Order: sequence, then structure tokens, then C-alpha cells
Amino acid sequence: MRKTLTIIGFFAVALAGAGWWITTPERVDAGDYADLIGVPARGAVVFHAGGCASCHSAEGASGDKKLVLSGGRAFVSDFGTFHAPNISADPEHGIGDWSVTDLANAMIHGTSPTGQHYYPAFPYAAYSRVSPQDIADLHAYLITLPADATPDRAHDLAFPFTLRRGLGLWKALYVTDGWQVAGDLTEVEARGRYLAEALGHCAECHTPRGVLGGLDRDRWMAGAPNPSGQGTIPNITPAKLDWSEADLIAYFTSGFTPDYDTAGGSMAAVVESLAQLPDADRAALAAYLKRLPAVE
Amino acid sequence: MFKGMTVVGTVLGLAILAGAASGQDAAQKALADATKARQAQMQLYAFNLGLLGGMAKGEVPYDATAASAAAGNLASLAQLDQSRLWPEGSDEMGVEGSKVMAELWQNMPDVMSKGADLVTAATAMEVAAGTDLASLQAAMGPLGGACGACHKAYRVPSN
Repeated sequence: MRKTLTIIGFFAVALAGAGWWITTPERVDAGDYADLIGVPARGAVVFHAGGCASCHSAEGASGDKKLVLSGGRAFVSDFGTFHAPNISADPEHGIGDWSVTDLANAMIHGTSPTGQHYYPAFPYAAYSRVSPQDIADLHAYLITLPADATPDRAHDLAFPFTLRRGLGLWKALYVTDGWQVAGDLTEVEARGRYLAEALGHCAECHTPRGVLGGLDRDRWMAGAPNPSGQGTIPNITPAKLDWSEADLIAYFTSGFTPDYDTAGGSMAAVVESLAQLPDADRAALAAYLKRLPAVE
Repeated sequence: MFKGMTVVGTVLGLAILAGAASGQDAAQKALADATKARQAQMQLYAFNLGLLGGMAKGEVPYDATAASAAAGNLASLAQLDQSRLWPEGSDEMGVEGSKVMAELWQNMPDVMSKGADLVTAATAMEVAAGTDLASLQAAMGPLGGACGACHKAYRVPSN
């Protein structure tokens, strides 16, 4: 009897230990970032491709105001309401005192400088594929943007989602390596894949999620309910989206659909960012979309 | 006598009620008419944009005269007097088929400024469309941005 209890006790401790280990926030190897020199102009492309301003600028901001990354926008989800944090250059309220490695830990592993898990409303499940050089360039660009002293607003979540430690399990389940669209890709298609799957995090809205909020990768880009609760996000695989590459490029440039309506809802903000990219990057995105497996 | 008065009173009362109802119908019809007229104006924008966009995409050969005419139409459309097109109450809740958010009427200075931006972008397109294809292509972005700015702020998302 005593022996049985000891064995059970041993396994309980081992399980708890394994759980603790699995849920420990990960960090990047600082050596991968030590010798990189960030170039702000290249970082601007990373910034626009990543759509940072869409979430981190103030509600209703337009034009140059979208470069003031004061945070504050609210994102309603099944788990509660998330509030985008201040990522302006302010050293106290923003990320002005972050190193490149701090930014890398946040984007690659969803880990804060103090070693806490970020919630996946911050799309590190996509950003985990971003290259170290792009992160260094983005860092160099972000610190050139205006500082703003707006304090962060706490997320408004229901228990048990308030327990950040549990996010380690979520990450173990849903933050994956590798690319969704595999096979032989041209250089242009591969660039498009990087823009869409890593920086642009298109799938965060265009792919449906399971009950725990992980992406249903079998239905990659096949459309999903709108997290805002209104209507649906469209299927953009070739099964449903029959726009030509020229149509897609025109849409990413001007926001005009082939019927000369304009991008609506959250996509309007996405197009504002895409419009800032070099022509070649918009063409690459279009080429990638054409390579998506058709999902009905 | 008393009964006669009651009949007259009832008839009068019904007439007043009917008048009020038809007044209400007329008001509702005015809102619906304005909505239809706005949507017709949007159709005209889209029709003219279709030619310019087709040229920008390389689907239609560039023709300076035709492009100028289409761009001129856009500039004219943007400068039409719209004082009767946007009556308060013709929002998505007030008129079937309307996609305008009620917020539009609470932000008129912003709406007017976005309208002025559209005139600027359409006028720039008028110059660009007659210049050459590269200028036309470059002018599509700001034009789409001007259209989208108002849609983003004041139109109910469609999907």
C-alpha cells in the first residue's frame, strides 16, 4: 500500500514537473541576433507587411496617426476582450527600452521580456517564422516611430484564461514550425508564402479555429466566422476566390475589388498596410494565393 | 344629432390619421429614394472606375481620351450637390438595403473632409488619366484609399 502511494506520488510529481516544463516560456538564442544590424528602411517593409499598425495604433487613427503605436484597440473573442498594448518608442509605457532579442522573444515565442506568456491575440503563431534579420530591421524601424505615454489597458478575460501559465500548453499544441503550403515554389511564390504565413498572418482571420482557438490547418484560408461577430471572413482559396493575379494585385494596391467596390471591415486596414509594400511584394502575395490548395 | 356629430368626428379623426400615415409614408419614401439615388451614384463611380482599373491592370489597352472622359466623370460625380442624398434616418436601420451606419450623421465634419479628399483624388486622376498609363496606375491607389476611407468608417461590413 505504502509502495503504491509512493509510486502514485512519484508520477504525480513527475507529471506536474513535466507540465511545469512544457508551460515554461521559451526564449530565442541571443547569439542568433547578436551580430545583426537593423536597417530602418527595410524594417518599414516588415512593419507594413506585418500589419502592426492595424492593431497597435489608436482606434480610428488614420494617416500619420497610424504610426503612433499607443495601443488600446479592443479585440472581442470567445475568451474575453483583449486590449492591444502600447508598442511605441516610449521606454516606460512602450517598448523603447527593448533589445532586438526582447522583440525576437515576443515575436518568435510569444514571451515577454519578464518571461511571461503573451496571449495569442498577438499572432506569434505566425510571427514564429519571421527571420532574425527582419526582426532586427523591424526593431530598428520601431524605435524611429513616435513615443507615446498611454498606459496599457489590462485584458478583460474569463477564468481560467486569466492563467497565463496555461498558454504554454496552447503553444505546445498550436505553435508549429514549417510552412503550410509545401512543395516546389518559385522564388516569387516563396516570398509570397513568407509574407502571408509569417508576417501578414492572413490565416489568423481567414482560417477557422477549433474550440481552444488553434487554427484548423486542414482548412487553410478556407474562411471563418468573423471574430467581431458580424458575418464571415471569406474563403480565399482558389475554390472560392476566382480573381486573377492582376485583380489581387489591384486590390492590394488600391482596395478596389474587380467590381470596383472597396475592401470592407478589417480588410480595409489590411489593404492600407499592403498598399505601403513594394510592387513585387504585392505580386508575390497574389502568386502565393494562387498556389493555395483549393478547399471548398 | 349627437350620433351625427360622432360620425362626423370619427370621419374627421380617420382622415387625420390617414393624413399622418401618408405623411409618414412620404417621409419613408423620401429616405428610400435618397438611398436608391446614392446607390445609383455609387454604380456610376464603379462603371467609370471599371475602365480606368481595366487599363491599370493591363486588361484594356490604354487610351488617353477614353481614360480622361471616365476620370472626368468621376470628378464630376464627386462634386455633385449631395445635400438631398444623405437625409438623416436613411441608415441601415431606417431603410431596407441601406448600408450606412448611423454614425455618419454624428460625424459630419469628418464626412465632409473625406468627401473633399475624394474630390482631390478624383481631380488628380483626371490629370493622370490623360497623361500616361504609369500616371493612371499611380493614381488608382489614392483614389481607392479615398473611397475606402468613407466605406471603412461609415459602411456596415458586408461579409
